[in-house]
Amino acid sequence: MDRQDQPTQKRGLTAIDGALALIALLLIVQMWLLTATLESYLAGHREVVLPAAIISGALFLVCAGLYLFVRRIDAEARARQKKEEIPML
Amino acid sequence: MKPHSNPDPLWRDEFSIHTADERYVSRRQFTKFLVLTSLGMFAGNLWILVRSAFSKTPAYSGKSICRANDVPVGGVWLFRYPSEKDPCILIRPDEDTYVAYSQKCTHLSCAVFYSREKDRLECPCHEGYFSVRTGNVLQGPPPRPLPRVILERRGDEIVAVGIAT
Repeated sequence: MDRQDQPTQKRGLTAIDGALALIALLLIVQMWLLTATLESYLAGHREVVLPAAIISGALFLVCAGLYLFVRRIDAEARARQKKEEIPML
Repeated sequence: MKPHSNPDPLWRDEFSIHTADERYVSRRQFTKFLVLTSLGMFAGNLWILVRSAFSKTPAYSGKSICRANDVPVGGVWLFRYPSEKDPCILIRPDEDTYVAYSQKCTHLSCAVFYSREKDRLECPCHEGYFSVRTGNVLQGPPPRPLPRVILERRGDEIVAVGIAT
């Protein structure tokens, strides 16, 4: 790999790491939400079940969006790298 | 003919994966795994929602437990309600008060007992304590109050008519 494209690579990795950290954070919130909802449901408080499902779905959508972002960054980095490697062949 | 016209060795052609690329792949796969886990959490919430939507509120029938004078002040009476698999405990903390709760601790379903000296329901497994008057958790790991059995006085009889969670 050329030394010139290392900063680009690092930027891509930083973006992916940031997205990964955010997904992990949202996942922890989702885990807490699931256990709290189950606890409330078993205690007979059914009014919390629907809002919890909606919020959990929204969190999943955000996670999926971040995953698509990671894929895009990854694909761009790979395409750039391929493009730079072609003249060397 | 030059002996080393191709600077790349053969192994590099066959295994053309840079170390940085490997890091990309592992991060992407880990991200995918996390997102699938997130989907699992969402599915769990949906499952609770579906169960909540389709489960019926149980209809309780009245069941005579005992005669009022069968239980002395400070005494208890064990019974099963609403089914034979649901142990309950009736307590008479003073002359005119009768309260009844499910005997299963809300922590791990150990049987709770009435401590007359301390005037509370106690779970011996993990030292969870409940209020006799309300069933609320006083101390310990139980996450919620004991389900209360709704009682009615019909003449001399004490009758269980429902469960309040």
